[in-house]
Amino acid sequence: MSTGIETQSDAETGEAELEALIGDRALARDEHLNAPGFVVNPDDVQDVLFDLRDEAGYDHCSCVTAQQYEDRFETIYHLKKYADPTDEVSIVVPTPLSDPVSKSAEPVYRTADWHEREAYDLVGIGYEGHPDLRRILLPETWQGHPLSADYDQEKPQVVTLTEHANPLESDHRDPESDTMFLNVGPHHPATHGVLHVKTVLDGETIADLEPDIGYLHRCEEQMCQQGTYRHQIMPYPDRWDYVSSGLLNEWAYARAIEDLADIDVPEYAQIVRTLGAELCRIASHMLALGTFALDVYGEFTATFMYTFRDRELVQDILEDLTGQRMMFNYFRVGGVAWDLPEPREDFFEQTRDFLDELPAKVAEYNDLITTNEIFQTRCIDTGVLEPDVAKDYGCTGPVARGSGVDYDLRRDDPYGYYENLEWDVVTRDGCDNYARVLCRMEEVEESAKIVEQCLDLLEDWPEDDREVQANVPRTLKPDADTETYRAVEAAKGELGIYMRSDGTDKPARFKIRSPCFSNLQALGEMSEGEYIPDLIASLGSLDIVLGEVDR
Amino acid sequence: MSSDEPRQTIHGSTAPSTDTREARMGEGVDDRFNSKLREAFGTSPFILTKFDQFMNWVRGNSMFMLQFGIACCSIEMIHTYAIKHDVDRYGAGVPRASPRQADVMIVPGTIVSKFGPRMKRVYDQMPEPKFVVGMGSCTISGGPFQEGYNVVKGAEEIIPIDIHVPGCPPRPEALIYGILKLQERIQNGESSPVVVKPYELEEFGDLPEDELVQKLASEIDEDDLVMRYNWADSP
Ligand code: SF4
Repeated sequence: MSTGIETQSDAETGEAELEALIGDRALARDEHLNAPGFVVNPDDVQDVLFDLRDEAGYDHCSCVTAQQYEDRFETIYHLKKYADPTDEVSIVVPTPLSDPVSKSAEPVYRTADWHEREAYDLVGIGYEGHPDLRRILLPETWQGHPLSADYDQEKPQVVTLTEHANPLESDHRDPESDTMFLNVGPHHPATHGVLHVKTVLDGETIADLEPDIGYLHRCEEQMCQQGTYRHQIMPYPDRWDYVSSGLLNEWAYARAIEDLADIDVPEYAQIVRTLGAELCRIASHMLALGTFALDVYGEFTATFMYTFRDRELVQDILEDLTGQRMMFNYFRVGGVAWDLPEPREDFFEQTRDFLDELPAKVAEYNDLITTNEIFQTRCIDTGVLEPDVAKDYGCTGPVARGSGVDYDLRRDDPYGYYENLEWDVVTRDGCDNYARVLCRMEEVEESAKIVEQCLDLLEDWPEDDREVQANVPRTLKPDADTETYRAVEAAKGELGIYMRSDGTDKPARFKIRSPCFSNLQALGEMSEGEYIPDLIASLGSLDIVLGEVDR
Repeated sequence: MSSDEPRQTIHGSTAPSTDTREARMGEGVDDRFNSKLREAFGTSPFILTKFDQFMNWVRGNSMFMLQFGIACCSIEMIHTYAIKHDVDRYGAGVPRASPRQADVMIVPGTIVSKFGPRMKRVYDQMPEPKFVVGMGSCTISGGPFQEGYNVVKGAEEIIPIDIHVPGCPPRPEALIYGILKLQERIQNGESSPVVVKPYELEEFGDLPEDELVQKLASEIDEDDLVMRYNWADSP
């Protein structure tokens, strides 16, 4: 283990190397709490990013934040390393208000494609060299960019309902070949919400595919920018990834604000948080498993009902803990809302009962699902996502781990109480739908281990030391111009939040990096050239939640 | 006794069906069979009712829901369909994937501008008579996202809604209560009136000419269906 002093000097040499690498392309330095920031000229971005990726090993473009200041637009590329996510760097690209165009990062990181489209859509920054700079979340006929300074929300808008045309039609050279255009969604049972996938089929094979998102764009970032740090933001994260993974999402906000306002969380509260978060992960993975079984072999009876039975058990425990079944709003800045429910023994017993039964249930799921021949035929070697491709698209969570990318923020960028507990990161190198499903099932078992250890700790915790909240002032006003980007391992992967304060009690910019957004982008890569039923399986195994994709 | 002889014991009796049933049941009639319907029948196997009333009663007791997941509320909706809450107990438990086979639509979530026209289309595709349950605060007013630039302030701006179930999300029990209330309304032959809504699907050429329409004229065809959102007039 390294001591704190060494880490610091490591960081310093790291920074010196970065400075040397970027050289005089860096116009200035910017301080972000999480990472060194370099301000770069709009024309040099691409070169700098190429160098950072190829020479310095920053292979993970975690997030792209766009925002408007009074005198300029700004794009921030938050880069990390898959091997060590604590090694971060931010590339800040200012562009003038009159001509907000900078070079696209898409040639460097494929994942920047959608991120830049979102930046264009919501803030209005242009990216030169971007392959397809269109609106992504809002309808194409929308007027104005809602997160820019001069947007008027009262203006009317017109939205069309068109049956999309076949994008490949003009390429039909050979009269023998004909393709068929097929809309999957936005109202379709297999899209897990309101996703629209435009597919072009050549027979049964997918010739072209484009996910069309934004049918659930609920302005989450605007809502958070209008709320005060202390209490008004916390309810929203529950509604990003809404399949009962609320506490995992709340933790993302809690971590970011605690970093921004420099708040320490009591140890006891951290254990309670860890306990709740892992229960949420179990519930969330159960849903993924049940709906996946429903997708691939229409299993509405046994498997689906079994997973929902288990979800009900977890939800009961969570309801006892937090007071709600889904939208918990249980974390507070600096801790949690209240202690475990009284009588504590009952809570412990109920949770332990659930944990005791879990191994038998997991075995049953394996009997029912993963060893099932039909299931295996549908899943093995379909929807293949190679590790390099996964990294290029910024995939995280079980999707990346199913492709053998050993990346889990709970271990690699520790927070909460995870460091002190015994558990393993699950990876699989199948790279296919099957690997992703197995990965989730094994993660359920790991989560159960974590919950068990938390219970042991909580049970023995001295009664006079059960501090659930740090002492946090009523109004939080972090210093003006503090910026941070913090991520946690949510159910679907890396859920990050970028926040900038302007000295008031509300954030000036609140940007959500959603794991599903990046994961979904890889769908084309997994499905093109494959059969259409495999598309449904791949979509199911990505386990997206539209609330989080669209925010 | 051979089968071609008339069965004297049955002739002239007013309670043949009860006899047979009781014989099948053994000792006494099980409570489970004493349904409201059975009570209404009394001792006579005939009922006299208005056809309309009978149809409404049938409709209310056999509702086919549309499988329609939008946002967070849909997760609680799935829980309502699934084990433990099992809304099939009320004859409303098999969600249909196609709007053409459904008569009740539960709208479980936030409606945003891009989805509005699609929801209207799905609603239009359902055969008459059709009913709508609005689930959650979002379908009432936009809920927690009411101030959002992209959020329709309640599904009622677009389609008529029969029952509102408040909550964020409503618990499955609350949704079941809503469904039961809807059954009651259907049985009484009530439904909310179909009136012109603030946001309708119309052809682009029919929109009143203004600055916005002129600007979009090059992008949208005259006969494309569009929905125009006048945000300033929203509640
Ligand atoms: S009412 Fe609440 S739970 Fe339901 S869709 Fe709206 S935000 Fe989600």
